[in-house]
Amino acid sequence: MKAFLILEDGTVFEGSHMGSDREVISEIVFNTSMTGYLEVLTDPSYAGQAVVMTYPLIGNYGVCYEDMESLKAWPDGYIVRELSGIPSNFRSQDTIQHFLVNNNIPGICDIDTRALTKILREKGTMNGMITTRTYENLEEIICRIKQYKVAGVVEKTSCKEVSVMESRDAKQTGKKVALLDLGAKKHIADSLVKRGCQVTIYPSRTSAEEILASHPDGIMLSNGPGDPKENADVIREIRTLYESDVPIFAICLGHQLMALAAGGDTFKLKYGHRGGNHPVKDLETGRVYISSQNHGYAVDESSLDPEIAVPAFVNVNDGTNEGLKYIGKNIFTVQYHPEACPGPQDSGYLFDKFLRMMEVNA
Amino acid sequence: MPRNPDIKKVLVLGSGPIVIGQAAEFDYAGTQACRSLKEEGIEVVLLNSNPATIMTDKDIADHVYIEPLTVEVVEQLILKERPDSILPTLGGQAGLNLAMELEEAGFLKEHKVRLMGTTAQTIRKAEDRLEFKETMEKIGEPVAASMVVENVEDGIAFTNTIGYPVVLRPAYTLGGSGGGIAANQEQLVEILSNGLRLSRVGQVLVERCIAGWKEIEYEVMRDGAGNVITVCNMENIDPVGVHTGDSIVVAPSQTLGDKEYQMLRSSALNIITELGITGGCNVQYALHPDSFEYCVIEVNPRVSRSSALASKATGYPIAKVAAKIALGYTLDEIKNAVTAKTYASFEPMLDYCVVKMPRLPFDKFISAKRSLGTQMKATGEVMSICTNFEGALMKAIRSLEQHVDCLLSYDFSGLDEEQLKNQLHKVDDRRIWVIAEALRRGMSYEMIHEITMIDIWFIHKLAVLVEMEERLKKGPLTEALLKEAKRMEFPDTVISRLTGVPQNEIKEMRKNQGIAAAYKMVDTCAAEFAAETPYYYSCYGSQNEAKETKGRKKVLVLGSGPIRIGQGIEFDFCSVHSTWAFSREGYETIIVNNNPETVSTDFDIADKLYFEPLTPEDVESIVDIEKPDGAVVQFGGQTAIKLTESLMKMGVPILGTAAEDVDAAEDRELFDKILEQCRIPRPAGHTVFTADEAKKAAGKLGYPVLVRPSYVLGGQGMQICINDYDIDQFMGIINQIAQDHPILVDKYIVGKEIEVDAVCDGRDILIPGIMEHIERTGIHSGDSISVYPAPSITPAVEEKLVDYTGKLARALHVKGMINIQFIVAGEDVYIIEVNPRSSRTVPYISKVTGIPIVPLATKVICGHTIRELGYEPGLQKKSEYIAIKMPVFSFEKIRGADISLGPEMKSTGECLGIAKTFNEALYKAFEGAGIKLPKYKNMIITVRDEDKQEMVEVARRFQKVGYRIFATKGTAKVLNQNGVKALRVNKIEQESPNLLDLILGHKIDLVIDIPQQGAERSHDGFIIRRNAIETGVHVLTALDTARALAASLENRAEELTLVDIAEIC
Repeated sequence: MKAFLILEDGTVFEGSHMGSDREVISEIVFNTSMTGYLEVLTDPSYAGQAVVMTYPLIGNYGVCYEDMESLKAWPDGYIVRELSGIPSNFRSQDTIQHFLVNNNIPGICDIDTRALTKILREKGTMNGMITTRTYENLEEIICRIKQYKVAGVVEKTSCKEVSVMESRDAKQTGKKVALLDLGAKKHIADSLVKRGCQVTIYPSRTSAEEILASHPDGIMLSNGPGDPKENADVIREIRTLYESDVPIFAICLGHQLMALAAGGDTFKLKYGHRGGNHPVKDLETGRVYISSQNHGYAVDESSLDPEIAVPAFVNVNDGTNEGLKYIGKNIFTVQYHPEACPGPQDSGYLFDKFLRMMEVNA
Repeated sequence: MPRNPDIKKVLVLGSGPIVIGQAAEFDYAGTQACRSLKEEGIEVVLLNSNPATIMTDKDIADHVYIEPLTVEVVEQLILKERPDSILPTLGGQAGLNLAMELEEAGFLKEHKVRLMGTTAQTIRKAEDRLEFKETMEKIGEPVAASMVVENVEDGIAFTNTIGYPVVLRPAYTLGGSGGGIAANQEQLVEILSNGLRLSRVGQVLVERCIAGWKEIEYEVMRDGAGNVITVCNMENIDPVGVHTGDSIVVAPSQTLGDKEYQMLRSSALNIITELGITGGCNVQYALHPDSFEYCVIEVNPRVSRSSALASKATGYPIAKVAAKIALGYTLDEIKNAVTAKTYASFEPMLDYCVVKMPRLPFDKFISAKRSLGTQMKATGEVMSICTNFEGALMKAIRSLEQHVDCLLSYDFSGLDEEQLKNQLHKVDDRRIWVIAEALRRGMSYEMIHEITMIDIWFIHKLAVLVEMEERLKKGPLTEALLKEAKRMEFPDTVISRLTGVPQNEIKEMRKNQGIAAAYKMVDTCAAEFAAETPYYYSCYGSQNEAKETKGRKKVLVLGSGPIRIGQGIEFDFCSVHSTWAFSREGYETIIVNNNPETVSTDFDIADKLYFEPLTPEDVESIVDIEKPDGAVVQFGGQTAIKLTESLMKMGVPILGTAAEDVDAAEDRELFDKILEQCRIPRPAGHTVFTADEAKKAAGKLGYPVLVRPSYVLGGQGMQICINDYDIDQFMGIINQIAQDHPILVDKYIVGKEIEVDAVCDGRDILIPGIMEHIERTGIHSGDSISVYPAPSITPAVEEKLVDYTGKLARALHVKGMINIQFIVAGEDVYIIEVNPRSSRTVPYISKVTGIPIVPLATKVICGHTIRELGYEPGLQKKSEYIAIKMPVFSFEKIRGADISLGPEMKSTGECLGIAKTFNEALYKAFEGAGIKLPKYKNMIITVRDEDKQEMVEVARRFQKVGYRIFATKGTAKVLNQNGVKALRVNKIEQESPNLLDLILGHKIDLVIDIPQQGAERSHDGFIIRRNAIETGVHVLTALDTARALAASLENRAEELTLVDIAEIC
């Protein structure tokens, strides 16, 4: 069956249909990872967006459920050039075709994803519609497409109840970490559990009071989807956490919300950073790490009082902020993803740093 | 970190002659590094014995030494040039080994020369088997468990700890004989006890068998500050067991999930960190197909063939970045030259699929075993890029130029089920074709996988191609079907063959329906950033990114494709220099080529690079978009010449010599007419099509005769026949290769062979110099030792040579380059061959005379005259230097190949000896070729009857320099009768001790074995030569070569004089 991707600038791509039959309007973003398509599909940060994979061959190694970063797939739509005819991997349990259908995600394949990526790069992230219908009146449709806005996605992706994770295998450190789930990837909790922490996962609407009342050794703010400024309530609670003495480590959306809580500002990037090859530089040591990234917004460094927070990491490519160190606080935050999955594992040491921080503070 | 200000003058080591396993990739890496160093204002001293390279050009380095790559030479060079640093990581294993020797001897320290890019300790950790194992164990990286055992009990005990199957490798046996794979204890006992008996030292290495695992490679980089990145990973379609150089390789990996990908990536970064490498490094892994278990196979602490491939596959210039790192820069300080915005501290993301295929020399060595194993056999490779795997594979196949263009090209349809299965078990260069046939018969993916261990994903992709063949055969050819076939890069020729629809109709259909190749950019970042570098590949069903540029005149330079015997790196030298010259003439330049190892496919050589197959259709698609003002074919070897006619049909003017004149030089009848007009004699000959006609022709001419197909390269299929039987044999072989062209039968004249390269502007000619071969006619010019200036021709002959060259060039209306080969017998001069193009000897003659031949020819092509360019026409003044080009062979790598020299070319590379005297030049040439004698001062001589008398004098000279001579009965008798003491030794079929025992005893320096000509060569001779080569003994098969070697030994120079080529002008 034919499928179409209609962009808000009027460009139409014709391809083949895959996944759910649903018609969908969403924000179109591209990801440059060459592996890890399942991790991308199950990353809650893509809620409210449709993802284009720039790597043209997707589904080669099938679907292995244990690689999922959450319980389901989150993007509104999926856009690829070619789906593999068969999956081949010793762990493969399913095909990506099935997976999309089962998760009710519509998609389009057999299109020139590079041409699409170039449009997004040049004009910036924009909205689009994935449909199997042929529309006569494009203008009307484009009007509808333009109206779309990513909203309410943190609430949507966050867990609804408190849960606790710990490992029987890992050597226990006795550290209790409170993880505020803003749309968290599973590997954030996993990375802490693997290091012997007991992790309590809280829904995004949890009050600071409740979290602090459990006397955690450290607080972890997770990644998540959408415009950070949309989360005024959460920011308020994070301000309270900021004022406590509990060590805090934040990733991605968590990093942005902490900056907002500390009086800083964020802005939307033209087309975001999504992939596994961005270099970030540790401003203290000069070392450069290749990082896993997925963000459409960034913290405006200049908006922060240097007496409150200073840049700790910077993106070597475009100079945007990749991490902050809070002055006089046990708080550090990064824009990128030390939990990897997909992408480079080079920054896993940041979790060790967080553990040491909790150790010192104890 | 800014660059180290103490580094001001750097010695760069090249890799020497092209041999199998060490090819053009090091010219690419070295050239890139030298340019990168010069960019930083560093004075570069270059040492490489290979004159065909671009790196040994005065444009590339400040001081250029084409001298043997030996410790003595490097030491002497360091004393002469006083560099403060030495960069050894760009010259392959040869360069690395040299640097290690100097370091260990303390020479570098003594003379305050800094080892750049690596430390001796790093090299040892990576290269020494034991140290490597210990290092890997220390950081928890697994290597295949192994142990050396001296008895069966230890073998069983060890195997019980690591599990079956195990590989058994007896120490010091010929070509790994006596080894094998044991799947259980019974087999282990059998193979092991046999191996222990065969091993000279009674030792067998027992190793965990990882054959059949996935073979994965990572190219990683590290700077002095410890920053590490991965440039690229690659997956070999052929699992562990086939050398990666002989495997079909795909980038990035296709069957690895993120977990596996990141696991190995992290491992590779840990390894480069632990080894402390600053620069590039290649790590090879075996990954268990059904688990996360893996082993590190090998680490190369330097740039390599794989790194050249990775550079071309991603657009990330590894060698250039490695050179900057060696100067002290960190990755985040080095700009990404492709995007010009981002930095070298990132990882390339591909939005396409890359396939590399090896170019194997089995068309040259018909007797050789086609099987592939851990010893590399490929002489070169091709790479192709497409948005899908099927398309990339199809493009790679036709880039090989081996009469293959799809999965039907090798026909296995005659095999029955059982035979086909057996064929599947054979690991050789035709394996994917065998799989395709199995798929056509309906064999299951699982069964094919079980036999070949090739991942099912790839087998499925082959099945997709096979299915497309079937759909095309069934027809009808609808628009949708054509679109799909083109998406998979089926060429029109194949579609036409399968559907029966004529090619022009398919072309018309494509035109009407807008099915055209689109070009996409290789930009290192999957379109995330705007790129500046116009490096393109084609695909169908996509939007085109390549914009037709206007303004300047535009020239298409056609490259020479994969490196093969007969068409090597020298044509890349010519293509690149021509491109640069066109650029200086104000042209916009476009290169089309498919060889990832070369300088010409570096993205900053031409204004635009199209990484594409060199077939008429692929070139036409580029022409459609670029609409060039002309194409130049005379610098890309026979590959480019073959495209002349097609380009004319596309309406692209051929710059330089016109197409019909190119044809006149190759067409026997036309050429004979021209010779007649010019009154130039050639050996009498006839054009024939059948064996009977050939025999009749030979009867008229009288044996011996030279038989060869027209339109050939490197003497392919050319043979000397001494009787009718030979003709039958050779005609059979020639006809096996697709032949649209007639066969030539010529009288074989014994004489001196002379070679001339010249530039002609249509009126005047310029001859830089005349070269003479040491070996008399009958041995291919590429395999002969060539001397400039010709030492033994009379002034009258010289005059004739110049006269004939001028006459021919004018008669053929040559504009640009011409290469002519002559026979001189007494005072008579005959023409053997004319090539209206650049030749193998151009780089060498350019360097030794200081005359920039390729730029001159290019300017002539652009309309300048020789006089205008400041040259007096005619033969140029002789250089004060004598330069001797020595062929270099890779026979030890190709089992079963006959090494005796003849009209068919067999050498893979060459080196140069340059000096003010003939003897010193000759000595350097032999040294450069690795013939370092004497060692044991024992030699074996066995010659055919007609050469025995002539051999006496040569043998006497060897005896005088201290050689003990062994000879078989007949030869010994003649030598002894003539006062040369020779010890008689039994022939190989006679009882021990015989010739073979002598050779295998490792005490022989040299074998001189002059075989009979013709097909009935003795099998004994073949066995002797093979065994000698595999034992590391030098073998000479021509009397003239032996005489030259004797002369070289008589005149050993105590101290060599090193010549800076950059000062010759």
